[in-house]
Amino acid sequence: MPATDTDADRTPVGDADVCVIGAGPAGGLVADRLAEAGHEVVILEAGPRFDSADRLARQERGIRPAYDRPAIWDSDPERDAYESSGERFYPLNHARARGVGGSTLHWQGMVMRLHEADFNSASIRGVGTDWPIDYEDLRPYYAAAERELGVAGADDNPFAPPREEPHPMPAFRPSYSDSLFAEACDGLEIAMHSVPNARNSEAYDGRNACVGYGTCQPVCPSGAKYDATVHVKRAERKGATVIDRAPVQRLEHGPDTIEAAVYATPDGEAHRQEADAFVIACGGVETPRLLLLSESSHYPDGLANSSGLVGTFFMDHLFAGTGGVLDEPTRQNHVGFLTSESHQFYDEADAEYAPFKLEFFNYAGPSPVGMALTGDDWGDDLLARLRSEYGSHVGMGGLVEQLPRENSYVGLDASTTDDHGNPVPDVHWNVGERALRTIERVNEIQERILDELGAEITWQVGRENTGPAYHHMGTTRMGDDPTESVVGPDLRTHDLENCWIASSSVFPTGGAMNPTLTIAALALKAADHILERL
Amino acid sequence: MKLTRRDAVAALAALGVGGTLSGCVAPPGSEPVDVDRLRETLVAAADVIYPSEVSGTATFVETFLEGRLEDPTHVAGLDEAVTELDDNAMFWHDERFAALSVTDREQVLRNIDVDTADEDPTGTTSERVRYYVVNDLLLALYASPAGGELVGIENPQGHPGGLASYQRGPSA
Ligand SMILES: Cc1cc2nc3c(=O)[nH]c(=O)nc-3n(C[C@H](O)[C@H](O)[C@H](O)COP(=O)(O)OP(=O)(O)OC[C@H]3O[C@@H](n4cnc5c(N)ncnc54)[C@H](O)[C@@H]3O)c2cc1C
Ligand code: SF4
Repeated sequence: MPATDTDADRTPVGDADVCVIGAGPAGGLVADRLAEAGHEVVILEAGPRFDSADRLARQERGIRPAYDRPAIWDSDPERDAYESSGERFYPLNHARARGVGGSTLHWQGMVMRLHEADFNSASIRGVGTDWPIDYEDLRPYYAAAERELGVAGADDNPFAPPREEPHPMPAFRPSYSDSLFAEACDGLEIAMHSVPNARNSEAYDGRNACVGYGTCQPVCPSGAKYDATVHVKRAERKGATVIDRAPVQRLEHGPDTIEAAVYATPDGEAHRQEADAFVIACGGVETPRLLLLSESSHYPDGLANSSGLVGTFFMDHLFAGTGGVLDEPTRQNHVGFLTSESHQFYDEADAEYAPFKLEFFNYAGPSPVGMALTGDDWGDDLLARLRSEYGSHVGMGGLVEQLPRENSYVGLDASTTDDHGNPVPDVHWNVGERALRTIERVNEIQERILDELGAEITWQVGRENTGPAYHHMGTTRMGDDPTESVVGPDLRTHDLENCWIASSSVFPTGGAMNPTLTIAALALKAADHILERL
Repeated sequence: MKLTRRDAVAALAALGVGGTLSGCVAPPGSEPVDVDRLRETLVAAADVIYPSEVSGTATFVETFLEGRLEDPTHVAGLDEAVTELDDNAMFWHDERFAALSVTDREQVLRNIDVDTADEDPTGTTSERVRYYVVNDLLLALYASPAGGELVGIENPQGHPGGLASYQRGPSA
């Protein structure tokens, strides 16, 4: 699967107004907006540009046991080397994809707005910190982000923050297993509602409606699931230049401005991309890493790091889940996305308990093809096993907020270097008691629902075996006070006049909603601030 | 259940290969491979691998293979795996794999531990036979609607079966 053209011109663009680093949704959206306004934009992306004709072959990798998750989008162990030194292991290369499109190439694609209280955690819940902006500041950008990504959703969620207009597309209809859960939840007075999906429930924006491949994570072959190639290509049509396989090594700077992004190319050359403005959109791990790698005599602890907080406060959402089997068919694994959730308990959060949301799975238990490829049997024995093991599973998930903590951070590990000789990122992930206590609560509610449903519980992910949801937040936090934050409410670094950050790395707290709609909204806000300056 | 050519085309659509191809293939830059031998071997293996309640496997497997032949890397790996399978069949039974009885074919596969091996396109003989022969046949069947229906899922993973089936109850 050759990913990219080795002979492409990867020399810098002359007279660039803006250099965007990273071609995920954050970088793609900013680039699109700025190119739209007529600016000369160049996007530098570390990974390759993948050929969309290979998506079905990648899907086959997604189904076949010979390939692990990182291999599906060609993760390279040397390029993507990392350390995980925290109290919990962090599987970084399962948690990102590198290339044009970024991690949305293999994301799930559920997109919710944060709740109003998430912006004021310290004031309302008595823990964490307040954002320097409120829900109202972001509200128009949320609406714009929903139009940009193409979100299918409905107005049936009584717990969601206020919105001004319907979602761009109607929500996906509930699944058969949702109807089983609905009865149980009715009995327990737990409200279910639709899930906003960045996935076409009807044709939208030149992309087709979802056709039900059921492999959304890690590959949507049809393009019905939004991924950031949409905005990168759009930016290119508006005149932006994309240079792929061009990892930025460091940012050359003076005391107040970035002068150039130094990037490597596959031929072993190094180039300097100069620009008036720089946007760092490398995700929540590589963004602080690039700043740390760009240290200088003026910024000995890392660029834009006068606060000393670059890399600190690394957060993810924690997964809590419970599942089991019923004695009736549950019709799982037809599609690879969720159609129902419950946000009922979200705003009960306080200092003791974190906000959380509940998810009702449509893909609980193994899929028949997956079981067939991994068994020790074939012929009639295999078919008998598939029939007995597929078909009656149910499962629930949940996401839980973790608080920002100083001892949870992304640093550099100088003892290991990547394919260009740079120290690798060290993801030092620690979680904290409030999140773990909340996971227990989530598990209890999940058990109650499954009991009411009559399920025999067969698995649980709880406080002991919880893992990350692959949402990297907090490592260049936003705030008004330059001694306590890295960027201001305009997403510009406090230290440098011409450097903005578009990423969940700016989130001061995480809430418990998947982050990418908020990333997109902040990217659009950043673009507006950059336009004011250019 | 009788498998058809159409079922195989549906299976191929899920794997990004399609179309028809006839005659002998010479993938660019490689030795020409004996397509008949590949075809006979896969059809013979399907008799072991597929459940007894499916029929029409020869047409299904042949059509599926036609699609696979469009990928030279896959063809080279398959050819090598089939050669090793035949070598083993010759060693134990003095005949090519496809010429053996169904019981002997199964025995050959078990002799080289294909039943317990994890698939790996670049691994040991058993891992490669598992990848190119056994699991490719299983993938063709169980990622297709025909195979899915045997198990009770008419829109299996890998098949673009639309948005109705996930909403449908079991009795619908
Ligand atoms: C399995 C999975 C499921 C997910 N599901 C959801 C979901 O349902 N909902 C949701 O909201 N979020 C989900 N996410 C998270 C979502 O994918 C991310 O929040 C989102 O992609 C972040 O966007 P980004 O543009 O900030 O970073 P990314 O998408 O990670 O893109 C960053 C890009 O920057 C490039 N880059 C990094 N360093 C450099 C450098 N030095 N030079 C040049 N380029 C560089 C990278 O190669 C990459 O392409 C999921 C993630 C995963 C892994
Ligand atoms: S179910 Fe829909 S969104 Fe998911 S992979 Fe299939 S077409 Fe794409």
